[in-house]
Amino acid sequence: MIVLEKRPTPSRFWGAATPVAAVFLTMIAGGIMFAALGKDPVEAIRIIFWDPLFNAQFASYSRPQLLIKAGPLILIAIGLSLGFKAGIWNIGAEGQYIIGAICGAAFGLAFWPSESPLLFPGMVIAGLIGGWAWAMIPGVLKTRFRTNEILVSLLLVYVAEAILASAATSWLRSPDAMGFPGSRNLARHPGTDNPELIAGTGMHWGVLAAFIAVIAAYVLMNRHVLGYQIRLAGQAPRAARFAGVDPNRLVLLCLGISGALAGAAGLFEVSGPAGQISIDFNVGYGFTAIIVAFLGRLHPIGILLAGLLMALTYIGGELAQLMLGIPAPAIQAFQGMLLFFLLALDVLSNYHIRLKRTEAA
Amino acid sequence: MLIDPVTLVVALIIASTPVLLAAIGELVVEKTGVLNLGVEGMMIVGAVTGFIVAVETGSVTLAYLAGMAGGMVLSALFAILTQVLLSNQVATGLALTLFGIGLAALLGVGYPGSTPPRVPDIFPQALQDIPIAGPILFGHSAMIYLAVMLVATVWYVLQHTRTGLILRAVGESHDAAHALGYKVIRIRILAILFGGACAGLGGAFLSVARVQNWIEGMTVGAGWIALALVVFASWKPWRVLFGAYLFGGISALQLRLQAAEVNVPVALLDSSPYVVTIIVLVLISSDRARAALNAPASLGKVFHASG
Amino acid sequence: MTPLLEIRGLTKAYPGVVANDDVSFSIAPGEVHALLGENGAGKSTLVKMIYGLVRPDAGAMTLGGGPYTPAEPRAARASGVAMVFQHFSLFEALSVAENIALGMETPPKPRDLAQRIHHVSRAYGLPLDPDRMVGDLSAGERQRVEIIRCLLQNPKLLIMDEPTSVLTPQEVEILFHTLRKLSAEGTAILYISHKLEEIRTLCDAATILRLGKVVATCTPREVSAAQMAEMMVGKSLSQPARGATEPGEVLLHVSGLSLEPASPFGTPLRHIGLEVRAGEVLGIGGVAGNGQDELLAALSGERRVEPGMIELRGERIGDTGPEARRKRGLLCAPEERLGHAAAPDMSLTENAVLTGRTRRGLDRSGFVGWGRARAFAEEIIARFDVRTPGPGVAARALSGGNLQKYVIGREILQDPDVLIVNQPTWGVDASAAAAIRQALLDLAQNGAAVVVISQDLDELLEVSDRFCALNEGRLSAPRPARGLSMEEIGLMLGGAHDMHEAQLRAATEAAQ
Repeated sequence: MIVLEKRPTPSRFWGAATPVAAVFLTMIAGGIMFAALGKDPVEAIRIIFWDPLFNAQFASYSRPQLLIKAGPLILIAIGLSLGFKAGIWNIGAEGQYIIGAICGAAFGLAFWPSESPLLFPGMVIAGLIGGWAWAMIPGVLKTRFRTNEILVSLLLVYVAEAILASAATSWLRSPDAMGFPGSRNLARHPGTDNPELIAGTGMHWGVLAAFIAVIAAYVLMNRHVLGYQIRLAGQAPRAARFAGVDPNRLVLLCLGISGALAGAAGLFEVSGPAGQISIDFNVGYGFTAIIVAFLGRLHPIGILLAGLLMALTYIGGELAQLMLGIPAPAIQAFQGMLLFFLLALDVLSNYHIRLKRTEAA
Repeated sequence: MLIDPVTLVVALIIASTPVLLAAIGELVVEKTGVLNLGVEGMMIVGAVTGFIVAVETGSVTLAYLAGMAGGMVLSALFAILTQVLLSNQVATGLALTLFGIGLAALLGVGYPGSTPPRVPDIFPQALQDIPIAGPILFGHSAMIYLAVMLVATVWYVLQHTRTGLILRAVGESHDAAHALGYKVIRIRILAILFGGACAGLGGAFLSVARVQNWIEGMTVGAGWIALALVVFASWKPWRVLFGAYLFGGISALQLRLQAAEVNVPVALLDSSPYVVTIIVLVLISSDRARAALNAPASLGKVFHASG
Repeated sequence: MTPLLEIRGLTKAYPGVVANDDVSFSIAPGEVHALLGENGAGKSTLVKMIYGLVRPDAGAMTLGGGPYTPAEPRAARASGVAMVFQHFSLFEALSVAENIALGMETPPKPRDLAQRIHHVSRAYGLPLDPDRMVGDLSAGERQRVEIIRCLLQNPKLLIMDEPTSVLTPQEVEILFHTLRKLSAEGTAILYISHKLEEIRTLCDAATILRLGKVVATCTPREVSAAQMAEMMVGKSLSQPARGATEPGEVLLHVSGLSLEPASPFGTPLRHIGLEVRAGEVLGIGGVAGNGQDELLAALSGERRVEPGMIELRGERIGDTGPEARRKRGLLCAPEERLGHAAAPDMSLTENAVLTGRTRRGLDRSGFVGWGRARAFAEEIIARFDVRTPGPGVAARALSGGNLQKYVIGREILQDPDVLIVNQPTWGVDASAAAAIRQALLDLAQNGAAVVVISQDLDELLEVSDRFCALNEGRLSAPRPARGLSMEEIGLMLGGAHDMHEAQLRAATEAAQ
């Protein structure tokens, strides 16, 4: 019989080792899945994890993509990780991302065709505020009426998608588009664009913001009283109240920060890699960032690495689609699997697993 | 008249059934103290497995069974992770949804546009032809009636049988239940599987009977609405039925308003089911005392028998 | 007489600790047998093995002459073994009848069950309404639910785990009547306690456990309480001592404090008034669930009240939060160590920051100085003799007594003007309890005002200058602690809950 015994102190070794083990197990399970699809599993795994970075043929295109895709994932996941640490579950980052993009884009388009250097900073602020405000809806409802923030933040994603559709088809639609949905292209207009800062790296303002967020979150969580209070509230809510933490303030703060960062990520995306507001502008970064946050163990450095890894699976997935005809959803299932393995292996850091002979009753 | 009330009621009943099935299953799960946020994932997997079997075999019954099986397989994953490996229920539920959506899309490649078999009505035409009452009461396929019967059964079992008492006790205090010798983990795993079967069945009804097609991401949040309905219903089965009809009514109404091209922004109509769900959630949770009284006290907490 | 239950060589080990080591004893039918030992002596593990919750590593049991190996509580109940738990195995949101039905193998129909509950509760002097929600009952009434649940199955052996810790002296009387009646009818009772006088009054024989081993057996009536205490602890303990002090100025003044409970089954506070002077210890007695948690929350600032309801040195602080009160010198130590007074998974260093941040200057402009925090943690560990490998250890890795010393030490080393503690020695071994009581007395000696909220009346009489009772959210007028009798205290605590005078008499008669 297998018995779980709670460790007196969580294991540091397994805390660091489980993500690596989870990635490894996911490769095996993913390989089985690809084999079931009739593809060569070894080749598929190689194409996903190796070729985007090191295959001479693809790397020149793929490598910059790594930062482009990792940027928003990391930025959003850093925000989410604060709330998750505190037991506040914002799972509607996708909606905050959309609203941030719409607000930022609308700000830029309102001054069209201005090329003022103040325009882009203004758009960033509008994006931050848009995402923040969208996250404040579940925040205020939770603090005022104790409404479950999980459900509200998630349901608001669908509302945001409806708003996005109407923005792309009517009120933000480009006058030059001859009736096709989609806004003007922000990326191709000086003043509203979020350019590649160092040619050939994929580095844009959003990636820079993500790196800054990683550092800021690291300092916050390890050194600052607020970070301490966040951890305390997540581990022992009663002890946090006893220590003097106002739970409502924490809810608003965590939701606000994660919403603002998601909104900024949306703005950086719409003014850079995506270029314009379109009906299918969002590609699920807000949801994938949840996986990134957990895979990174809610730790800033871990999230940085997890974001890069997850970006790799996106790029590698596209490549695998191109080269092997592996259907696009396979990668989504693959990412979901990763989270499963991680959660399953988590038991190792909190419990000893012992084999016991069953005694005769 | 802009909208015919009778067809609206008929559409309402059909639109509400997928969420009703998923919600009643989740209610049982939550009554035992487990919060499974993976309803959306289980539903969509049920939708795709049900649809595939419907197209391949031509049997609606087999399709529903396949939907249940699909949801159950996914819920079994959740059960192993949360009950055996003691993972966090919120995170695991989210993982289930993210994984389920991807898996369903993967399984369903090549199926969009296929035609499933027609779902038979169960009452003779003569009954259906009765004005007003005919289409509303007798104009449906068997699953509609089964769903309502399921609500009644769940209510009876929870409220009036020993099984139900044990389920509620486990959700109320797993430590006390364990001290009395009840197998907390086994009971919860069974409840989770039941919830998975219900969610999968709801998904299969959606693809096979209501939409009669497979579209990627076709549940569009129905699983989350089901979760909200359980809260809205204060964990009471009959209120789930009421909530599902309310939701179904708004969905059906907004679709008809869109079709009638009324002068209301489409974004508003599209998002109305979600907005109304949020408003209802706010109304119900602002009544603090009642919300706290009916919620299972152990909901979402990890159980680990020590010593 | 052949023993009803015989235990031979039971052994159970957990990683790092042998909970029971070769334990043997036997109980005759109708015998009231005491199992005596400190917290952590292995009483709970032993009882869990008898009730089928835990399986022994080695050893054997016989019941009524035949081998007895219960695989689960259900099997134990089927063999006629019933148990009343220390931390009740009850479901608050379910009714009395539902709770009782859950503890029975084949419960009768609801209507018949209600009648049997009526019948048994009357026969044994334990009045109970089957339709009431358990969450609404007092601690004493909840215990009645557990007892009746056991009695309905006509047990041959009834196990009672620390049954009197939640009862008023009057309720203890009634319970003893019931137990004697059961014993006279032939039911054996295994009575677990660390209260020596009770065991001397009630029990026919006693087995004493220390560190998992049987260290002595005795007939309680023939030995003194002090002798038993020494057998239990393994050494004689010094009584806490204090010098005489003249009470100084009023530091804490509470008046008209009323508060609605935060949880559905909580107790509202009603017009509480008290005052504590410098150098004085005020004891607040009462059975758990009469508003202790709410009172602590109101005093610590976790729940805000009207400004004037609480005054510290004349300053109105009712509407301030915990940190503001700490800054002004009002400190608290809540009852629940893990999860309230300390965060279980955090290290002792991190837990030092929990309350020590402001007064010990552990942060500078919002940034925590972990070096200073660690030094503070080490100081607590050294000054209060906390047994732990170091300040990097998680709080939950400490034993109850050590963690409690850490928590109390953390507050005392912050040099409070007013310290409020709730259940300072609950679940703590005797030597740690003595150290904690002494520390509280020393604090008062040095001019602080100390409020001790506790269920342990002996403890309160030992440390308090004045005593008052918290009953159903109301606080009685204080009386000098010296010279108070248990009888008087019992009446202050509300006597037997929910029993009128006549009912009480009838109950006592029925039980005799």
